[in-house]
Amino acid sequence: MRSKKHFIWASIAILLVASLVLAACATTAEAPAAEAPAGETVAALPQGQELANAYAGQYKGKVVTMAGPFTDQDEVVFNDSIKGFEEKTGIDIQYEGSKEFEANINIRLDGGDRPDIVDYPQPGLLRYAVEKGYAIDMNTLINPDWIKTNYSDAWQSLAKMTGPNGEIVAGIWARANGKSFVFYPKAAFDAAGYKVPTTWDEMMALTQQIADDGDTPWCIGIESGAATGWTMTDWIEDVMLRVTGGEKYDQWVAGELKFDSPEMNEALDYIEAIWFNDAYVYGGRAAIPTINFGDAPKPMFENPPKCWFNRQGNFVTTFFPEESVAGVDYSFFYLPGIKEEYGSPVLGAGDIYAVFNDRPEVRAVIQYFSTGESLKVWVESGGAILTHNDASLDWYVDPVTRGVAETIRNATTFRFDGSDMMPGAVGAGTFWKYMTDYVSGSITREEALKQIDASWPK
Amino acid sequence: MNISQSKSPGANTPITKILSWFGTALGQLFISVLIPAITFLVLWQGYLFLQRAAAPQIVQVLVAIVWGVGGVALLYVVTNWLVMKLPKKIARTLQPFVFVGPAVVIMGWFLAVPVIRSLIASFKNYLGTEWVGLENFKFAFTDPRMLETFRNNLLWLVFGTFFSVAFGLLIATLADRSKAEVLYKSIIFTPYALSFVGAGVIWKFIYTYKGTGIGIREIGLLNAVVTALGGTPQPWLNLTPWNNFFLIVIMVWLQTGYAMVILSSAIKGVPAELLEAARIDGANEFKIFFSIIVPYIKGTLLTVTTTIIIFSLKTFDVVRVMTGGNNGTNVIANEFYLQSFTYNHAGRASAIAIVLLLLVTPVIINNVRSFNQQRRGF
Amino acid sequence: MATSLKSHKASQSFWTNFVLIAICVLWMIPILGILITSFRPSEDIFRNGWWNVFPHKEDLEVSRVIIPESVDVDGPITLSGKTATFQEWQRGVQLEDGTKGTWYGNKRTRTIVISENKWVGFATNLTIQNYMDVLTGKTISYKNAQGQTITRTGNNLGGAFLNSLAVTIPGTIIPILIAAFAAFGFAWLDFPGRNIIFTIIVALLVVPLQIALVPILQDYVKLELNGTFLGIWLAHTGFGLPLATYLLFNYISTIPRELLESAYIDGASNFTIFTDLILPLSVPALASFAIFQFLWLWNDYLVALVFLGEKNQTVTIAVAQLVGEKGQDWHLMTSAAFISMILPLIVFLGLQRYFVRGLMAGSVKG
Repeated sequence: MRSKKHFIWASIAILLVASLVLAACATTAEAPAAEAPAGETVAALPQGQELANAYAGQYKGKVVTMAGPFTDQDEVVFNDSIKGFEEKTGIDIQYEGSKEFEANINIRLDGGDRPDIVDYPQPGLLRYAVEKGYAIDMNTLINPDWIKTNYSDAWQSLAKMTGPNGEIVAGIWARANGKSFVFYPKAAFDAAGYKVPTTWDEMMALTQQIADDGDTPWCIGIESGAATGWTMTDWIEDVMLRVTGGEKYDQWVAGELKFDSPEMNEALDYIEAIWFNDAYVYGGRAAIPTINFGDAPKPMFENPPKCWFNRQGNFVTTFFPEESVAGVDYSFFYLPGIKEEYGSPVLGAGDIYAVFNDRPEVRAVIQYFSTGESLKVWVESGGAILTHNDASLDWYVDPVTRGVAETIRNATTFRFDGSDMMPGAVGAGTFWKYMTDYVSGSITREEALKQIDASWPK
Repeated sequence: MNISQSKSPGANTPITKILSWFGTALGQLFISVLIPAITFLVLWQGYLFLQRAAAPQIVQVLVAIVWGVGGVALLYVVTNWLVMKLPKKIARTLQPFVFVGPAVVIMGWFLAVPVIRSLIASFKNYLGTEWVGLENFKFAFTDPRMLETFRNNLLWLVFGTFFSVAFGLLIATLADRSKAEVLYKSIIFTPYALSFVGAGVIWKFIYTYKGTGIGIREIGLLNAVVTALGGTPQPWLNLTPWNNFFLIVIMVWLQTGYAMVILSSAIKGVPAELLEAARIDGANEFKIFFSIIVPYIKGTLLTVTTTIIIFSLKTFDVVRVMTGGNNGTNVIANEFYLQSFTYNHAGRASAIAIVLLLLVTPVIINNVRSFNQQRRGF
Repeated sequence: MATSLKSHKASQSFWTNFVLIAICVLWMIPILGILITSFRPSEDIFRNGWWNVFPHKEDLEVSRVIIPESVDVDGPITLSGKTATFQEWQRGVQLEDGTKGTWYGNKRTRTIVISENKWVGFATNLTIQNYMDVLTGKTISYKNAQGQTITRTGNNLGGAFLNSLAVTIPGTIIPILIAAFAAFGFAWLDFPGRNIIFTIIVALLVVPLQIALVPILQDYVKLELNGTFLGIWLAHTGFGLPLATYLLFNYISTIPRELLESAYIDGASNFTIFTDLILPLSVPALASFAIFQFLWLWNDYLVALVFLGEKNQTVTIAVAQLVGEKGQDWHLMTSAAFISMILPLIVFLGLQRYFVRGLMAGSVKG
């Protein structure tokens, strides 16, 4: 018995020593790459000194970690778009996309497991990181003058947030997203002799006509895993802008105008006329909460199309079949205005990049991302609109994205996605949840609106 | 030639000198410091190695396993060895703490202290910076979302527990009389081996709904059955409040295996003579079941029911994966998760956790009481 | 008398088996569903349900009829002697020769598909591609029901499998080891505060682990333990210890006193008694708790999500990610779900005999 016991302890000891040796091996293997050539002075670029250093190869072999919500096709395109920079500088940007990004990022930040750069799909989430004091002021990372030159005032003010040490520029904007668009299968649409509607009434008339012709006009799906419901809130915001205008919209987003208000009810009337009419929606009202937003437009590409309209942000084209051609197989029209006095408002959103670790190579990378150049490849492969002033309209290769970019620039009113600006408990919580319940029919409109109002943090 | 010299030929060599020095008190002290130091160093290196994560994944995983398991064993050996170095009397007082100490410290850290910390946090605001009194508890007890979760958890508790235990008991009793017992039991247990996430995939596949309209074909099993029987497809998971029951079905499907395995082993403990005697007296199987088997396994039945009640109160994964708590299916643990990680409201989240704890308090009291009874028996 | 008792017994055994088989079939259907689905090509999965791999009757297209331009599609339309409106044709009209006419698409197509109800499903199309994609795929391409290509990044389930092992093996053994030491201490060693401390442990049995997530996370921030294997082992140890200690205490305290006393007389120390006597004797209880702990860790989602995050994805997290995004990765989800349940099943079947015996000791008394 004794010898058996000794054997056990001896084996444990041996295994531990083995692991120690392995650990030591790993240490030595890592050592040579540790020191980068330093000291050489390179003339600074307008974005900052570090970007110039990076192009001079001073950060070769350094790793910069990034986290964000890009997965699947988006992740592939994003990685393509940074490849050139990585090759030029030798910096390895490791992007980690997560489908549960919204749910996980704050856990990671609180856990001290902070990626160098985080790509936020909505500024509301970033506000938490700013309040906790995690986010580093962009003015300390990038030449402030460059930020002022390369972003419009609207984008700049949207990036300002208040942390424990006062107001900071919490991040830099990357892609913009126009949301007021209705995509349709152009080839079949033209063949059927339909005309692009320019007013809301024309759109509803066309909707009825398509239904009469034996198809369901609208493709609507709001399922999105833990974030189910956001497509509905986008619709509401878009219609709100059209029935009450930008001023009331701002009050609503700030919590001053209640959800249970005549304005909101009027907006929902317009939406119900489409959503709750089973003849107008593919699969019927009950299917809306079960259809994924990315799957929703797919029946548009069947022959003949099973549904014809998909109101969504311009990013949705990445969910379209890879074989389909922009401007030929599909195109878009601007979601028409409802009341003339409010003109043609555009609802939008954007990706904002924040920095959580300050190292020279991280500075270089974020300085790079502050240039339109950084996402040129993404623009050229479609699906991206840039916020940067130095991005040229000529980069947009297909007529659809160029049209989207022009629509955003020509908008009489541009408003940021309201649910992204509201407190997280509402904008990423009750607003989604109760609107989903309302569409499913499990609660009434009145209940839904009252409960969202009640959930607003006091 | 000196005899004493020849007796210990190596006495003056440096090695023996060092060895004998270890016998002195100073040397003992040195070892007592050195050995723990080496242990610590080895463990620390292993930790750093895992932290860096530079090696291939398989190597890392192997090191992780060896380091983790071996490290704990080593810590016990070294601590015990150290304690035994002390004078006997002190050693005898200290040794029990070597045995129970680590367990007590870890449980204190991971469970006891968090209870207290959550209690404190539940009186603070969402960032944990200001006191807000009972604000968060007001939310926890009056907000319609919370009331919905209470209703649903009650449904889970009553129906989930009842059907899991009833099915478990039925199968355990019947399987006991069958030749193919192992096969039946393995089949019923299979879902228990499945993660909630995996179970979610399976059941999404059963409840999936494609909508109604021309040319839409259902690929979900339940809707296919309903259509085949002449009904219209339904979005099962959106049908408030019935969707709760569709989720509870999943819990029963998962937990019955657990109830069955434990109840089965208890039923096997019922003495065969007791059953034979009853049969000879002419009692039918139902009577035997209710008047002999059930009273005999009462203790186990209570344990199983308690475990499943606690489980149903803590239920989270199924709801999160299947509906995300939408359409009136939210449960306490999911609301806790949302408050804590999506809305970042630490105060409310802590209050909800405390409420959850209050709900299981009767179970705690019951547990402690039955434990004390048990101890008196020794 | 003897024969009637026998036939009574036979009918009883028939009903017993009948009920059991019925329940087992009910229990197996969901699993059968994913097993079959996991072997089907993605296009088939989107097209129809998994039961279509079995022979069944289905409407198959035999021909198409174009309605001449002269016919007004808004009015009644006549074909092979049947007259119906457009809406009726869209839903399908039974024709006299047993075939069925169904309008194809919208009014402008002017096409009616004639179909016949036939037996199909004898040559079933199955593949193992789904499993290969899930286990090794970096980027996965597949076709949906409309034949459109879809590309997505893989989840590297093979790597997740390894991570799950790295979490579960130490996460199972460490708490058992610590609990066994503690159970021995509580059962056989005398020290001040023994009863109070043990009562608290029994109370901790029912503390929901959610309560600990945030505070522990805050500690892990300070200790830089978040996302490390050590962190998640400690967490699982902490959450599993009360039950482990309680069960093992119940078992170890029933070991006959004489056995230990004779060992003491032989001069054995507490430590050697524990390693040489208690541990070998407690194998059934250790094994039964090991199964519970293993199943729970392998299937755990919440603790892994909070403390490991995305860095060292476990199988459950990888599968959950497949579920999360698009409703159309059924072929990947099902094969991933199936892979994730193989190991727990093997463990259960392999250790089943300990399971029953070991639990007898712990919970029957409870």
